[in-house]
Amino acid sequence: MELDPDDVFRDEDEDPENEFFQEKEASKEFIVYLIDASPKMFSSTCPSEEKDKQESHFHIAVSCIAQSLKSHIINRSNDEIAICFFNTREKKNLQDLNGVYVFDVPERDCIDRPTARLIKEFDLIEESFDKDIGSQTGIVSDSRENSLYSALWVAQALLRKGSSKTADKRMFLFTNEDDPFGNMRISVKEDMTRTTLQRAKDAQDLGISIELLPLSQPDKQFNITLFYKDLIGLNSDELTEFMPSVGQKLEDMKDQLKKRVLAKRIAKRITFVICDGLSIELNGYALLRPAIPGSITWLDSTTNLPVKVERSYICTDTGAIMQDPIQRIQPYKNQNIMFTVEELSQVKRISTGHLRLLGFKPLSCLKDYHNLKPSTFLYPSDKEVIGSTRAFIALHRSMIQLERFAVAFYGGTTPPRLVALVAQDEIESDGGQVEPPGMNMIYLPYANDIRDIDELHSKPGVAAPRASEDQLKKASALMRRLELKDFSVCQFANPALQRHYAILQAIALDENEVSETRDETLPDEEGMNRPAVVKAIENFKQSIYGNDPDEESDSGAKEKSRKRKAGNADDGKYDYIELAKTGKLKDLTVVELKTYLIANNLPLGGKKEVLINRILTHIGK
Amino acid sequence: MHSVLPDVEKACSMLLQKKLIYNKYDEVGIVVFGTEETGNELAREIGGYENVTVLRNIRVVDEVVAEHVKQLPRGTVAGDFLDALIVGMDMLIKMYGNAQKGKKRLCLITNAACPTKDPFEGTKDDQVSTIAMKMAAEGIKMESIVMRSNLNGDAHERVIEENDHLLNLFSSNAIAKTVNVESPLSLLGSLKTRRVAPVTLFRGDLEINPTMKIKVWVYKKVAEERLPTLKMYSDKAPPTDKFAKHEVKIDYDYKVTAESTEVIAPEERIKGFRYGRQVIPISPDQIETLKFKTDKGMKLLGFTEASNILRHYYMKDVNIVVPDPSKEKSVLAVSAIAREMKQINMVAIVRCVWRNGQSNAVVGVLTPNVSERDDTPDSFYFNVLPFAEDVREFPFPSFNKLPSSWKPDEQQQAVADNLVKMLDLAPSAKEEVLKPDLTPNPVLQRFYEYLELKSKSTDAALPPMDETFKRLIEQDPELISNNKSIMDSFRGSFEVKENPKLKKASKRLLRDKPSGSDDEDNRMITYEPNEKKIDVVGDANPIQDFEAMISRRDKTDWSEKAITQMKNLIMKLVENCTDEGDKALECVLALRKGCVLEQEPKQFNEFLNHLFKLCQERKLCHLLEHFTSKKITLIPKSEAADSDVVDENAGDFTVKQEPMLES
Repeated sequence: MELDPDDVFRDEDEDPENEFFQEKEASKEFIVYLIDASPKMFSSTCPSEEKDKQESHFHIAVSCIAQSLKSHIINRSNDEIAICFFNTREKKNLQDLNGVYVFDVPERDCIDRPTARLIKEFDLIEESFDKDIGSQTGIVSDSRENSLYSALWVAQALLRKGSSKTADKRMFLFTNEDDPFGNMRISVKEDMTRTTLQRAKDAQDLGISIELLPLSQPDKQFNITLFYKDLIGLNSDELTEFMPSVGQKLEDMKDQLKKRVLAKRIAKRITFVICDGLSIELNGYALLRPAIPGSITWLDSTTNLPVKVERSYICTDTGAIMQDPIQRIQPYKNQNIMFTVEELSQVKRISTGHLRLLGFKPLSCLKDYHNLKPSTFLYPSDKEVIGSTRAFIALHRSMIQLERFAVAFYGGTTPPRLVALVAQDEIESDGGQVEPPGMNMIYLPYANDIRDIDELHSKPGVAAPRASEDQLKKASALMRRLELKDFSVCQFANPALQRHYAILQAIALDENEVSETRDETLPDEEGMNRPAVVKAIENFKQSIYGNDPDEESDSGAKEKSRKRKAGNADDGKYDYIELAKTGKLKDLTVVELKTYLIANNLPLGGKKEVLINRILTHIGK
Repeated sequence: MHSVLPDVEKACSMLLQKKLIYNKYDEVGIVVFGTEETGNELAREIGGYENVTVLRNIRVVDEVVAEHVKQLPRGTVAGDFLDALIVGMDMLIKMYGNAQKGKKRLCLITNAACPTKDPFEGTKDDQVSTIAMKMAAEGIKMESIVMRSNLNGDAHERVIEENDHLLNLFSSNAIAKTVNVESPLSLLGSLKTRRVAPVTLFRGDLEINPTMKIKVWVYKKVAEERLPTLKMYSDKAPPTDKFAKHEVKIDYDYKVTAESTEVIAPEERIKGFRYGRQVIPISPDQIETLKFKTDKGMKLLGFTEASNILRHYYMKDVNIVVPDPSKEKSVLAVSAIAREMKQINMVAIVRCVWRNGQSNAVVGVLTPNVSERDDTPDSFYFNVLPFAEDVREFPFPSFNKLPSSWKPDEQQQAVADNLVKMLDLAPSAKEEVLKPDLTPNPVLQRFYEYLELKSKSTDAALPPMDETFKRLIEQDPELISNNKSIMDSFRGSFEVKENPKLKKASKRLLRDKPSGSDDEDNRMITYEPNEKKIDVVGDANPIQDFEAMISRRDKTDWSEKAITQMKNLIMKLVENCTDEGDKALECVLALRKGCVLEQEPKQFNEFLNHLFKLCQERKLCHLLEHFTSKKITLIPKSEAADSDVVDENAGDFTVKQEPMLES
């Protein structure tokens, strides 16, 4: 029995290197969401996406965080987060400061990894907010209360957890008050501004970054210059770009693709032998690997506790339990040839794990079918061998310049493989790196792995039909019409994986419905129905099929279908009902049983008993 | 041909060996030509066909033939491949008549450098066309492997030209192909040794839009050939039991906790997935009703510039999409699109579901495969592309931003340009070497060779790597010597040195051993210091733990600790000694290696003497025998300067102890 027989996401070919790519704990992020809960957040509204409905700023902030948490728990579930309201009536924080309320649920620290319960209760926060937390402006001139200051202090204290070397620490500040101390007397205002900015600076000095998510009124834009530009430390260049980017930021937080984020790590260290006496050091990275929904834990269905799987090898003759390593046999020439596990691994070990350069070829020699599995990205390192990077860059440039790739033998996989090293120039767009500079190691198939299918479809001496000039022209027009401009390879989300996450979320949070996931991989119907596109397709079709599209000339299939019919005629040979009654169906061969199944349009799969049972049920009806 | 016959023997015996395993009922005959003698039916019946000998008539493969083919006779006269082909064809026809269409295969291996005889009537061309047409009619496939590495000067250019022309004629009139190979390595790769019945992955529509559909079949173009799945073998049954099956069954037990003996039935389990800190159970019913559902089909999403799809985005092994051979219009449609794609450098993006109810859809790219042969329809290659979730966006520094001392200067760049240009594996399309299509898998080759040896003698040693495969694993010495000055100047321009700041344990890169040598000693030094820190030598993987611990450099006393713990473990193993002798022995070996590396000879030598005494006291003879047989010795001066054991005496302790054992 397989451990996981219907694991839907497992790659059909288990990657022998898989262990290299398994996750390691990602470097962590610590995040505090600071939400302004002043009455102004409730009274200001924005038109919502639904018509005629207004959403309060508070609602926008809270639902944005709720959405973001739902992605976060899947993408980076090791991160720790805290949610903290300020300008509240009640207070709850370790420092016991007024006007600051740290929201939390049981079985969880103030700052901790997100849990289903946190998300679930946070989803309902608006219903209970007034009762449990309450809104109240916390910046009061007379009492010198300053809830913004307190909020920053509480957040900073929360973020004291974890070392700043290994973790990123961030605050997200949601507010619609662009001038928090605007109503104060001038002296108080100056004082409060100074202390608050100092508090923010202290936090930043500790490696905490503060990100502002301001919410604007429909009639009056949030004025960043009044106070906050100093708090988050924007310089004048960034100032003009800041406000327009805010809307996008909020959207991004809400609409994050559910995608597990893995820490950058070296999958393998490789010694690249360029020639005798010259080896350089490379690091290999797995930049492209099929994403899977995470490992499956088997649970006891009654208690929901994890079960432990134990595997044992049992000798069928004696029932004795066998110990690893167990000998293997290959029947050959009427005898069983024995191999020890050690011998088998010796067979596979034919070289050192190094990558050895064999030579170079023009890129045209690398065919589209020369591929077996995802590539490995190579980047040089001078950590152990000084000079590696220089030699690598020189080769890299030459290969790009001369449009050549390197052929090398790589001993680090089982079996060792011939590989193509294709130099990739850096590609950047919008300041981001789309393709890093380096070489991609493409694993080439051996002759044993390549199948000659073309030959199977040739008819000797008979010329295969080829497209005419006109047909080519029509095809060209079609292709131009259906061109995907700016196509980027990974623009599609994996529909099954997104669906899986949606199911997981619905079950974990007891949601009534699974949120709809869009299948982006389906053709763009609207685009396909544009008249010009329809026309181009129609023209192409016309050029191939002529006026009579149904008239597909069959040149061989008929014979086959006749054969099948002939087979069907055979089913009269036996009186299946009679045989079934007398229990003699088992005397028929599988092929004979199948004739009956074919004739009655029943499934053909399964062992003989299954087939017999299927016939019996069918007759029984 | 004589010089390459050993490689021909290898290739053929591989073919036959695999038949013995995978296709036991295949039937094989062998014909050699260019032999002194003549021995074939046609010669007897109608005369002619001299110097063609039937080594074996067609019959089911057996051990003998695999053996036989390894001793091909060395002929003495020029061979006429046409005569040989006719003899072979005649054998096939006499044996099977018109039956077994498409399963009859003629494989010609020759250098095609000897002249063929003129036919009695008509031209050679006519004769070849007739033979080829006959082959096509009989459903005989033919493949010719033409091996020409370094033809001697006496080979006539005109003859070669004529022969190539004749072989081409076969290709256009029969299901025949000619493969030209230039090295023994490609010769081994050129013969398809494993017969796999091609199975379609998908038959259905390639949908341009709902009104325009092209009928296509999809096959795997590339699929890894693996070692055969070896069964596990149990030797527990008593040798007297004649009916013992020697099979091993794998059992899975699902336990509530590691300690408990309570086992739950497989159907009482439920799958759980991690959600934050929790594991959320999802029942099969929930999965079934809620999961992503698919309908079989290939749908076109659009076309795009070929340059938008970088080569390294190909995710898996490759499929081929061929038009349904019975639908002429579909063949035309595929031809039109494929040829135009190639012309204007575009590719198609498609979404595919191969089977109904498949758990996921894939998005992939169709690239053109325009046929070079008139009789083969055009088709597409299909490669799977990654989804957004499959991409890991790790940033890497721009080369431009690296310090200039890390970048090559102009002179170095020129040297590199030269190397990339001159270390050329494909001076012309015809001369390309190391083509994947002609390069065999060395591991498979070695396994079958070993299997054959083992079938003759159970304790046969693993043969060394076949010389032929050197060309795959190492640079071609000829290419190197032709470009010696370039290689030298590259080496001279790019000096590398070990980073002196690193401790010795992590220095491993420059200790490059020649490839092909099984270098066990290297294993220890390749340990990655960054990995999980090991601080205890555990029972499960003591050797790895020990190696990991001893190479730790974060504190000085780790090696000391590792050695002590390893000693304790060995003592434990020896004391509880049951069958663990081997494990103890391995641990002793690891300890010895570690002590040499750490230059702690005393620690080991004292321990070994102590262990020895203990074994004698406890009468653990088998262990002692082991020690002797594995030649475990004390660490002598030559391996560690601090040792007080002289080299000659390193092995002494076993010798001098032995007599006491006997008593």
